[in-house]
Amino acid sequence: MDALTLARWQFAITTVYHFFFVPITLGLSIAVAIMQTAYYRTGNESYKKMTKFWGKLFLINFAIGVVTGIVQEFQFGMNWSQYSRFMGDIFGAPLAVEALLAFFMESTFLGIWIFGWDKISKKFHLAAIWLVAIGSNLSAIWILAANSFMQQPVGYAVRNGRAEMTDFFAIITNGHLWVQFPHVFFGAVATAGFLILSISAYQLVKKGKHEVFTKSFKFGAIYAFVGSLLVILVGHSQAQYMVKIQPMKMAAAEALWESENPASMSLFTFGDEKNRKDVFAIKIPGALSFLAYNKFDGEVKGIKNLQKEEEEKFGPGDYVPPVAVSYWTFRIMVGAGFLMLLITLLSTIQVFKSKFEFKPIWYKIVFWSMVLPWIANTTGWLFTEIARQPWTVFGLFKTADSVSNTVSAGEVGFSLVAYTLIYAVLMIIMIGLMKKYATRDVDEIEKEEKEIDNSVLSKA
Amino acid sequence: MDLNTIWFVLIAVLFIGFFFLEGFDYGVGILLPFLGKEDRERRAIINSIGTFWDGNEVWMLTAGGAMFAAFPNWYATLFSGFYLALVVMLLALIARGVAFEYRSKKDDPVWRNRWDWVIFAGSFIPALLWGVAISNIIRGVPIDDKMNFTGNFFTLLNPYSLIGGIASLLLFTLHGSIFLSLKLSDNLLDGARKVAKKLWLPATILLFIYVILGYFETDMFSKLGVNPGVIPILAGLAILSVGYLLKIQKEGWAFVMTGITIAFSTITIFMGLFPRVMVSSTNPDWSLTIYNASSSPYTLKVMTIVAVIFVPIVLAYQAWSYWIFRKRVSTKQKLEY
Repeated sequence: MDALTLARWQFAITTVYHFFFVPITLGLSIAVAIMQTAYYRTGNESYKKMTKFWGKLFLINFAIGVVTGIVQEFQFGMNWSQYSRFMGDIFGAPLAVEALLAFFMESTFLGIWIFGWDKISKKFHLAAIWLVAIGSNLSAIWILAANSFMQQPVGYAVRNGRAEMTDFFAIITNGHLWVQFPHVFFGAVATAGFLILSISAYQLVKKGKHEVFTKSFKFGAIYAFVGSLLVILVGHSQAQYMVKIQPMKMAAAEALWESENPASMSLFTFGDEKNRKDVFAIKIPGALSFLAYNKFDGEVKGIKNLQKEEEEKFGPGDYVPPVAVSYWTFRIMVGAGFLMLLITLLSTIQVFKSKFEFKPIWYKIVFWSMVLPWIANTTGWLFTEIARQPWTVFGLFKTADSVSNTVSAGEVGFSLVAYTLIYAVLMIIMIGLMKKYATRDVDEIEKEEKEIDNSVLSKA
Repeated sequence: MDLNTIWFVLIAVLFIGFFFLEGFDYGVGILLPFLGKEDRERRAIINSIGTFWDGNEVWMLTAGGAMFAAFPNWYATLFSGFYLALVVMLLALIARGVAFEYRSKKDDPVWRNRWDWVIFAGSFIPALLWGVAISNIIRGVPIDDKMNFTGNFFTLLNPYSLIGGIASLLLFTLHGSIFLSLKLSDNLLDGARKVAKKLWLPATILLFIYVILGYFETDMFSKLGVNPGVIPILAGLAILSVGYLLKIQKEGWAFVMTGITIAFSTITIFMGLFPRVMVSSTNPDWSLTIYNASSSPYTLKVMTIVAVIFVPIVLAYQAWSYWIFRKRVSTKQKLEY
């Protein structure tokens, strides 16, 4: 394999891996902050236990999110130096602001939060976790501002052989950012909600109806329901936005070879990507037009037509992304999203109706549905980035031109193997720890802490 | 001062912050398995930086982000050029960060001991490699007329950069041992003081060898002149004073002095570089400078506004967090990590 292919694999693996942890950081930081606010307001000890229990899981997750984030920041220069030269004037700024505005805030106040129990006032300690939550989510806005530029370049001019920023305000008010960030944000809320919901389901089955977990289950169900519902609604407007700015992406998502008016939506397509035609397909007439424009007519452009258009605009070349991958990742994401909505809706209804007298099978379903948000998050990002190909910056700069020209295939191969190995080992360790802390007896937490102190004091 | 110069200074400031702060937490990580004999002791040592290490590391991330934003060509050439060295450093930092959080989450001596050595290696490697990297930047590496690094991993390994690496390693470890003298209590405090005293002489000697080698290996001194000015001299005097201050147990002042040594040495190197950001050993005209490597004036202006507003805020709340957790750590207290 050549350096470009290896660098792309490395970017995909490290980024997908990083994003296993990011949504939990974004969503769970807010959840823990809400729980601690409830404790602060009511003084109810079970809220404190909730804060501590979910806070521990948050920290186990956060550690890997942080360290894999370092690789992300360095990787642009290390593996994509030509991209960095071309895009640095625009892309570097949000990254630097992200570090200055968000990373400092979340890391400093997380330290204060971990070590501040009983050392600082309750009010300030509560403020610390909120600042962590705000810092984490601010960082998402800035990195997505950078990504949104790659999807829809705005506020720039090509000068001196590179893209130069002409309007910082345009970059942070980029229309793409403000459909993408809510989508990522509510996706993160849903992901964290599902984690809480699933683990609570496990605890309720194994350890009985403990107040901490009936409360957590209820919280998780509502939190994940709100997240799932809004991520779908925002996703819909994001798709409509995509039709306008990246029609090729939409065409690939639907395996729509020819322009259609009204356009039909594919339920299932088995296609021939090489010859750009369907082998077998089931379609709903007019549905794609409705998806794109909220009405049952209106042209949606097809892959072949767009290929022609882009050739006229950008010169000869292949402008079609991998269609099968785009088509299936998009469908898996949407499918997982609707399943999430269904499960959380039913869970929420049951919580209010049956007071936790569920059938055991329901707990099982809820528990295993934990994987759904991860599937949706991963396929969603794979779709977003793969269906933009051959571009790194849409219409402006190609992936093939972005890679570092001084880093050999051997060197990238080495780092690819090294990162993959260390990430795999960390994953195993992390899951082990998560399991340990997710399945422990919540009443033991306080006892354990006291015992440690006593054992120390008796020794002294 | 033009915007390019302001950003050169700002990046120097970020590196000073990074080396000063993470310098001591690297040092603490390196000393951990040697100073801490039993588990509670090791935990106390980790807890002495528990609140801070993550925030300290953000100084490195911000320096990297600022390089990307203000001098994209510097970021691109340096990071792609020093590829394998950086991969090794990233692996170290990945393992280290996780180790702090995971180490005490299982009550298993084997597990904990393993993580302690991960913390050691994860601190040792970057403490060494940053010295190697900075030395190569100032000494010069092969860079062609298109700003591409044309050397390989072994280009980076030369006597000057290796001495630089060992010097930064020893200096950070010394800095860390003095930090521990300020943060620990009882037996651990005695241990930290002893180590600091032992480390001072080798660190000082290495630093002076590094400076002498710098006369031959870099053009820093021909640029700065025979009298290099007050800053390098103060850096040298500061490290000399540390030996005495440790003897009379003025660790607070000793810490200030290793801090000054780190800060002023970094300033000296940046002064020697200026207005270059990476020296080309192939042809001096192909060096990267604050002008040919920089972003557009507009981006520099935007970033200056952001920096002017937020750097003081960050400094204020980070300083505050140090103030909140200023108390010494003891093995007898409740330990979070």
